[in-house]
Amino acid sequence: MTDTPAIELKGISKAFGPVQANKDISIRVMPGTIHGIIGENGAGKSTLMSILYGFYRADRGEIFISGKKTEIPDSQAAIRAGIGMVFQHFKLVENFTVLENVILGAEEGRLLRPSLAKARKTLRQMAEEYELNVDPDALIEDLSVGHQQRVEILKALYRQADILILDEPTGVLTPAEADHLFRILDNLRSEGKTIILITHKLREIMEITDTVSVMRRGEMTATVKTAETSPEELAELMVGRKVLLRVDKKPAIPGETVLSVEDLRVTDDDGVERVKGIGFEIRRGEILGIAGVAGNGQSELMQVLGGILSGTGRVRMLGEEIALSGARSDGRSRRRKSIAHVPEDRQREGLIMEYTAWENTIFGYHDDPKWRRGPLMNNAAIVEEAEGKMQRFDVRPPNPRLAARNFSGGNQQKIVLAREIEQNPDLLLVGQPTRGVDIGAIEFIHQEIVRLRDQGAAILLVSVELDEIMSLSDRIAVMFDGRIMGFRDPAQTDERELGLLMAGIEGEPGEADWKAVDRQLEQKTAEVAAEKGH
Amino acid sequence: MDRMPAWADVVLIPLISLLLAAILSALVILAIGENPVEAFALMWNGTVMKSSGWGYMLYYATNFIFTGLAVSVAFHARLFNIGGEGQATLGGLGVALACLYIPWPHWSLAIIGSCIGAAAFGAAWAFLPAILQAKRGSHIVITTIMFNFIAAALLNYLLVGVMKPVGSMDTATAKFPEPTHLPTFRDMFSTAETIMFRGAPANVTFFVALLACLAVWLLLWRTRLGYEIRAQGFSESGARYAGISPTWIIVVTMLISGGLAGMMAVNTTQGEAERLILNMTEGAGFIGIAVALMGRNHPFGVLLAALLFGFLYQGGAVLALWTSIPRELIVVIQALVILFTGALDNMVRIPLERVFMAMRKREA
Repeated sequence: MTDTPAIELKGISKAFGPVQANKDISIRVMPGTIHGIIGENGAGKSTLMSILYGFYRADRGEIFISGKKTEIPDSQAAIRAGIGMVFQHFKLVENFTVLENVILGAEEGRLLRPSLAKARKTLRQMAEEYELNVDPDALIEDLSVGHQQRVEILKALYRQADILILDEPTGVLTPAEADHLFRILDNLRSEGKTIILITHKLREIMEITDTVSVMRRGEMTATVKTAETSPEELAELMVGRKVLLRVDKKPAIPGETVLSVEDLRVTDDDGVERVKGIGFEIRRGEILGIAGVAGNGQSELMQVLGGILSGTGRVRMLGEEIALSGARSDGRSRRRKSIAHVPEDRQREGLIMEYTAWENTIFGYHDDPKWRRGPLMNNAAIVEEAEGKMQRFDVRPPNPRLAARNFSGGNQQKIVLAREIEQNPDLLLVGQPTRGVDIGAIEFIHQEIVRLRDQGAAILLVSVELDEIMSLSDRIAVMFDGRIMGFRDPAQTDERELGLLMAGIEGEPGEADWKAVDRQLEQKTAEVAAEKGH
Repeated sequence: MDRMPAWADVVLIPLISLLLAAILSALVILAIGENPVEAFALMWNGTVMKSSGWGYMLYYATNFIFTGLAVSVAFHARLFNIGGEGQATLGGLGVALACLYIPWPHWSLAIIGSCIGAAAFGAAWAFLPAILQAKRGSHIVITTIMFNFIAAALLNYLLVGVMKPVGSMDTATAKFPEPTHLPTFRDMFSTAETIMFRGAPANVTFFVALLACLAVWLLLWRTRLGYEIRAQGFSESGARYAGISPTWIIVVTMLISGGLAGMMAVNTTQGEAERLILNMTEGAGFIGIAVALMGRNHPFGVLLAALLFGFLYQGGAVLALWTSIPRELIVVIQALVILFTGALDNMVRIPLERVFMAMRKREA
């Protein structure tokens, strides 16, 4: 190792109109290290990396690559300087093979064949060196998300990148895939590559990085050695105040049974069974968390209970059977039974993005007689009520006349939560409550869910964030391939056990043979994917 | 944050688009060897400067308001109803039946009856495409346009045989009885000394059209149904989440839309022709699409756009009468207006947004 940083940024500033996205940012990244950049949405992480990759030009400031001052006017220059970028949303040609994607834009000569042959050889080498195995002849569209990401990394390495930037790389990965990615990054680090990891997940920072820089509102608030910091300190640096990372909640005092589900089945439009006969009960004052990798039937479970999909089986709400298909199974009928629903996708379902905040605060409850004035709607009353709700749920800005799309993700979610929680439901269905939500808002949202529980509501929580499931739930059910693999007490289980259940593996695999687990997981996800394809 | 102030979106963009359309039209008129300034002066004098010109403009505008509203209402539920022609045709049938077979004592009662008849028949004609869309997924654009042809054929059949008075050579029904005749603007606004709106067909239906604008605005932005219609239009998945039945919204929206389109027949059939004739829609069903497009599907915008198209229609007739500019040229001008205000909207919008962004930056 030398003392010359692989990348050094000095005094980088960038403004978009009145918004100062980056303010006087300086950073040094040593070669052969993994450097994390952490910050809330809109803190300026992506802008900074876009400057480094030549998408934007900084208003002020200098970039040094390996001690040499470098101008990066476009991404070609960035590639020449040895910088590779793996975007959050992959930039791959879906109907090309892996090999074709890797050489795309880096072909040599007029004929493809020599380039392809050369790339094949390089790919084989890299697969061995870094555990980056992908079938070079597979079509991108047939690959799992984790594999597609490997292709992106291969693309960068094939262009001889020494510096790799990864933007929120684990957002789309399963826990096992994320583990594999971290092993790849570890291998790359030992080969002397420099890696910049952009993320908002504290756990990842703690797990893999050597140093970490924290950004807040366009400024670099701190750069620290990972070994010398803690998640609590990082969270405080990110948000600017003390944040409770663990959910503060008393033990549950479960009451009468609110929801009981027996042999619930859901078949989608293509005739594929998504929920394959599951059963559970939720009682008053209890949060049942459903863990699982996305696409294993949790969404369908929520949707059938919320009245969006139809299914078969026996579902009773406070002892009364509810219809799972037909006219009385829609969202409106569910709301009449005091079932509130915070859907997984707030932009497609929970909100009408073009509607104002006040219009959204009654969405689904708009036929309540209290909003009526003769044949018309009492808009003034709705606006007034919305103002109160937005204040109580700390929605910012607290302007009910603003369209939903003009709020940040966290504030959009607060609008949905305010609407559903203030109905005081007996049962709250809540899916991915903190997806795309800032840390500061996550704390608030978790508190509100717990508060509703303590008031005696039953809560069904679906989340792909294992941390969230572990800290919020009073009981955990793990779903895999449309079935419940088992129930666990969060106090007596750990991420490893849940991770195995999420991969469809029961029992203890002896001394953690992760390679076998990995293979099994890949096989299972491929099966699920293949099933989905038909 | 919005990219530019609302007034620029609502007023400035259509104005600039219109100006561009006017410039291009002027070039076309120049190219065929006529003087565009004279042509425009002629159009202006023949419409806006004369009360009879107004009488024609408002008559056409009445048609366009109804068909424009019809397209707008459907569009808020993201349904593209291009069957205004057919629904208006059936509306005409409703008007004729109401006027011919019910002995009305006075026009004020007759107009209520004919409005109900027109709306009911227009709505009925929209019902089948709607139910096919809601239950079977047959695309409403295809079905509504098909229904236009069926309506035309049906009217043809009726006016050649069933409803034609015996011995008449004219493909039309008998004249409606005297008490159903609607007061024209001339009847309403002329005094003993001055005769206003001489010979112009504008009649009391215009005020019904204004009421319809108000009613549609109330429906869309002040009622639960309107709330659900717009929600369904913005996000079908969102509507399903809220428990709004898509079938119900599609059907009820199309019934309202078809009813509005049908009501234009009150203007042409009862107000002007005073009998049911072939081609009583005068193409207004299709113009309604342009009017809705230009009026941004807002009832007030539809009103303004309908007035503009009324001006173009009447202006075109004046041009054809007094110059050698062919009648077809007016179709070219109308097409240019539609092109610029509808299809090329972004051509004006995007540069204008940049201007506003730049101005805001300077202020900041």
